[in-house]
Parts: sequence; structure tokens; C-alpha cells
Amino acid sequence: MHMADALVTAPVAATMYGMSGITAGYSVHKVRLENNAKKIPVMGIMGAFVFATQMINFTIPGTGSSGHLCGGMLLSALLGPFAGFLTMIGVLLVQCLLFADGGILALGCNVWNMAFYGCFLGALLIWRPAMKRGATKAKILFASIAGCVLTLQLGAFSVTIETLLSGITELPFKTFLLAMQPIHLAIGLVEGLITGAVLCFVHEARPELLWEVNEENKKEGRFSFETTMIILLVASLVIGGIVSLFASSYPDGLEWSMERITGSTELEAAGAVYETADSIVSATALLPDYAFKGTESALGTTFSGIVGALIVLGVSVGVCYLFRFFKKKEKASN
Amino acid sequence: MSKINKAILNIENLRQTAQKDQWVNRIHPLVKLFLTIFYIAIVVSMNKYHLLGTLVLAIYPVFIFIVGEVSFKDALRRLRIVLPLVCIVGILNPFFDRTIVTYVNLGFATSKYPDGMLAVSGGFVSFFSLMIKGVLTVFASYLLIATTTIEDICYSLRKIHVPKVIVTQVLLIYRYITLLLSEVNKITQAYELRAPGQKGVAFKAWGSLVGRLLLRSMDRADEVYESMCLRGFKGDFDITRQWYGESNKNTFIGDLSFAIIWTGLILVLKLVPVSYIIGSLFI
Repeated sequence: MHMADALVTAPVAATMYGMSGITAGYSVHKVRLENNAKKIPVMGIMGAFVFATQMINFTIPGTGSSGHLCGGMLLSALLGPFAGFLTMIGVLLVQCLLFADGGILALGCNVWNMAFYGCFLGALLIWRPAMKRGATKAKILFASIAGCVLTLQLGAFSVTIETLLSGITELPFKTFLLAMQPIHLAIGLVEGLITGAVLCFVHEARPELLWEVNEENKKEGRFSFETTMIILLVASLVIGGIVSLFASSYPDGLEWSMERITGSTELEAAGAVYETADSIVSATALLPDYAFKGTESALGTTFSGIVGALIVLGVSVGVCYLFRFFKKKEKASN
Repeated sequence: MSKINKAILNIENLRQTAQKDQWVNRIHPLVKLFLTIFYIAIVVSMNKYHLLGTLVLAIYPVFIFIVGEVSFKDALRRLRIVLPLVCIVGILNPFFDRTIVTYVNLGFATSKYPDGMLAVSGGFVSFFSLMIKGVLTVFASYLLIATTTIEDICYSLRKIHVPKVIVTQVLLIYRYITLLLSEVNKITQAYELRAPGQKGVAFKAWGSLVGRLLLRSMDRADEVYESMCLRGFKGDFDITRQWYGESNKNTFIGDLSFAIIWTGLILVLKLVPVSYIIGSLFI
């Protein structure tokens, strides 16, 4: 998801530098308040750790492909959101300088897309509430998967917006979004599982290293694996429904501005290739244009969101149970 | 050679290239950092149909490649990460943007082109201009890191008051990367030897394999911090040192002139259609 310099224009890059800069400034202030001199070396080594472990390929069961670790979520679960965010800036800067992974001008965008959501939304909205009554394996897995999915979905959404605002691609907003979101959903699930597995290990070996884990208020059984999955299901249905409603209205704003510039709400395209591609898309679309065929209603859009969320959840719950099944089998064999 | 070994070698090569004692490398890092960001900003701001104007901007990287004796082959290798991504984003431009922006004189007539003029759509021009922008921006950042060490970049960041929490940990990340990459290499090699024919790490070992490395790294961070304190580390590194002096033959005036000349030249190339003016002198 690293954006290259060529994919942004100077105003977009400057805006994103500004937003990331303000967040970094606030994070620096918060880290300074902690007054822990040890923090900087720990941040340094954790940044290098994330960098190095991203070179490890983790085999995804049942597929021939492999995934990587999600840096933002892992760092904030260990260092807290503020130090985690600053460490991610370091990792992204070093990645861009040493390996051309992302660009110097696009650094502000990359920090926002990859560090902000994972470190702040993932840590403050998911990790902290989940760990309030002590950590369990199920809760750690839930927080990691939900955090990573959220990070990657919002990150991919931001990449789409930034590229479109930069005027780099002629792709219509919806097409671009539809290409970006599903693939990052799958990546998010895998990264969440890997990150969760590592954090579960840390929890077993050295629970004091995890951020905001309150072991004193721990109440076993209150937040079981099954409850976690039900909460995840309900939350995703609600979020899927609400986000889809926004998705139905947001492009209208973009189409409105497009109409002002081009005089039309759609980008005109013609030709054999476009027509063939269009007919393939129309024939294979499960829920064309996010809605019921032939309707433009918000209800139809919401329904698409819910169906999408159900499919995603079905897959994620399946993967989780698969994971659990193998774990049990492993325990039984021991 | 494994991916990790290649990464270690790459970092080492860059460090050696950046440490060379030559004029470009001795220029103040702040000047190079500013010029690189300014150059990239100008490149990406070029109009998407202004293909020739973007191409002419290549003179800055060409100059640094030649004067700084930087390997062009290594720069090309870095393109393999960025270009496919840029290509994916821009490849559909020719299908969506079919406005004819120019004609190319083929010099001969065919049944399809009776007047010998080939129409070129805006999508094609914008796609190629995007690819050129991708190449130029990657070259510019590569040339910065190939002529400036990370330590010097951190020094310049501190000079412009980027907080020490960020700068120091960037420096530490850089210092530890090679160390941790070697460790990861050892771990994955040991794992591969115990799991022959298996691609990647199996899910059973996801937590324990990386988790152990994480715990070891955290312990190491403690040890490193203690040894740094014993050597007088106070949470920051020396930014009071003078850049120019006996060990650096460059002068402040020279570096300033370099910055002014190149800023002016890049601006002229952006604002004036130089390629058309020069071309019209001969045609």
C-alpha cells in the first residue's frame, strides 16, 4: 500500500504532510510527557524489528500464498499509540530511503494511510476497550484482526481518495474503490491473524509488555471466543450497513464536482475494450453498483453492505475456527 | 542469495556509496534534502499531457549520476518496486481518456491513415508522462540516499528542528536493521532446514517464531540503552558539530550557489517550454 511519489500531486502531498505532522507533533508531546528515557531505544529496535520481520513470509493455510506482519497494530499493542505512530514514521522513512518503498513526497500520505489508522483507531477504539478487563487469546486475536482490517480498509480508502484528488488516474471513483477494498480486506484478515499470533505469544510469555492490559480486573469467561465472534458479526453488520449508506452518498459529491468540470457526471468512455470489460463486469456483478438491480434506493445499498459484511465475516470466522481447530488438534497430540 | 541477504547487501552498498569523499557527497545534507523534495514536487506538478517538459527535467538526476559517480544499474533495480504500481494505476488511462491531444506525422500514408497522421489520445500521453514521473522521482530519492548517509540526513532533520524523538529513533532503526535482518535470516534458515520443501513459515509457528525474536529484541533494547548511557548518551546526538571544516573541502558559499542554481534551473524548466524553444531554433 506504499504510495509512490508519482501518484500524488504537491498540494495533496502537502496536505497529508500537514495532517501527519500535526499528529506526529501531538504524539511527540505525549511521549515526552511519559518522561521515559528508555522509550527511544525501545522504539528504535521495535522499528527495526517490524522492518526485519516483514521479510518473513508466513504461509496462509489452504492457499499457496503468503502474508506479512501488520506493523502499525503490533507496535501500538506493544508501545502504545503515540510511540507506535512515531516508530511507524521511522520505519516508513527508512523503507522509502533504503528500498524505494514509498516516496519522500508521498511520506505524509503513507504515514497517514498506514500508521494513523492502525496506531490510533486500532489501538484506542479496539485494543484498549478489548483489553480493559484483562487479555485472553480470543480477545487478542479479535483486537488484532479487527484492528488490521480497519487499518487496511481505511488505508486503502485513503489511497483511493489521494490518488483521485491528485488526478493521476482516469478510473471512476467506484471502480477504483471496488478494486482496492476487497483485496485489502483479505490482506487485513491475514495480517490480523499473524499479528494476533505474535501478540498471543507475547501475552503468554511476558504479558507485562502489552500496552494497556489490565490483568487485575481480569474476568475469565466474560468475553469468550464465541462471544467475541458474535460481537464481531454484529459490529460488522452495523458498520457494513452504515458505511454503505455513506458510500451511496459520497460519490455524489465527487460526481457533482466532476459535473462542474466536465459537464457530465460520468467519465465518458467508448471503444471495444471498454464495452467488453463493461459487459463482463455487468454479467458477473453480484450486486451491481452496490444496489439491487434496477433500483437506486439506499435500502438496496445497505443490503449490499450487509451481504458484503456477511461474506467477509463468514470467511473470517471460518479462518478463525480453522485456526482454533488446528490448535486443539495440536494440544491433543501433545 | 536469499531476499534478506540481498537487503543486507543493498544497505551496505548504499552506505559505502554515500560515504565516498567527493564533491556531491560533501554538499550540506540540508541542501540536498531541500533540492530533492523541491525537484520531486516540481516533477509531480507537471501537467499530465506535458510529456516533453517532464522528460527535460531528467537533467537534474543525469547531472548527479555523472558528477556523483552513482551506479545507474542500482538505480534501475529500484524501479522494479515502483514502476509496476505506477503502471497499474495509469494503464487504464488510454481506455478512459480518449481525447485526441496530438497527431504524429508518420511520413507515409496507409489505408487506415490516408493523410499519414496518427492520432494520439490524451490517455496515452498521460500514461507515459506518469511512467516518466515515476522513474524521475525514484531516481531523485535514490540519488539523495546514494550521496548522503542516513546519519547526515538525520543531522539535517535535527537542524530544521524535527523532534529528537523521531530523528534519534530513525537513526536507531537504521543501525539495528542490519543486526535484526541477520537474526531473521538465521532464524528463517534454521526453520527452513527443519522444514524442507516448505514455502514460508507454517501457521503453527507464526507466534512462537516471531514472538521469540521480539522478546529477544526487547531485551536487547534494554541492554543497548544501558550501554549507551554508560557511553554518555543523553537522548540526542551531536548537532552542534560544524559541517564545513578541515575534513570537508566544500564551502558554504559553494553549496548555497549549487542550491540556488539548481532551484532556478528547475523552475525555468517548469515554467518555460525549453524543449520547444530549442527545437524551433533548428527547425
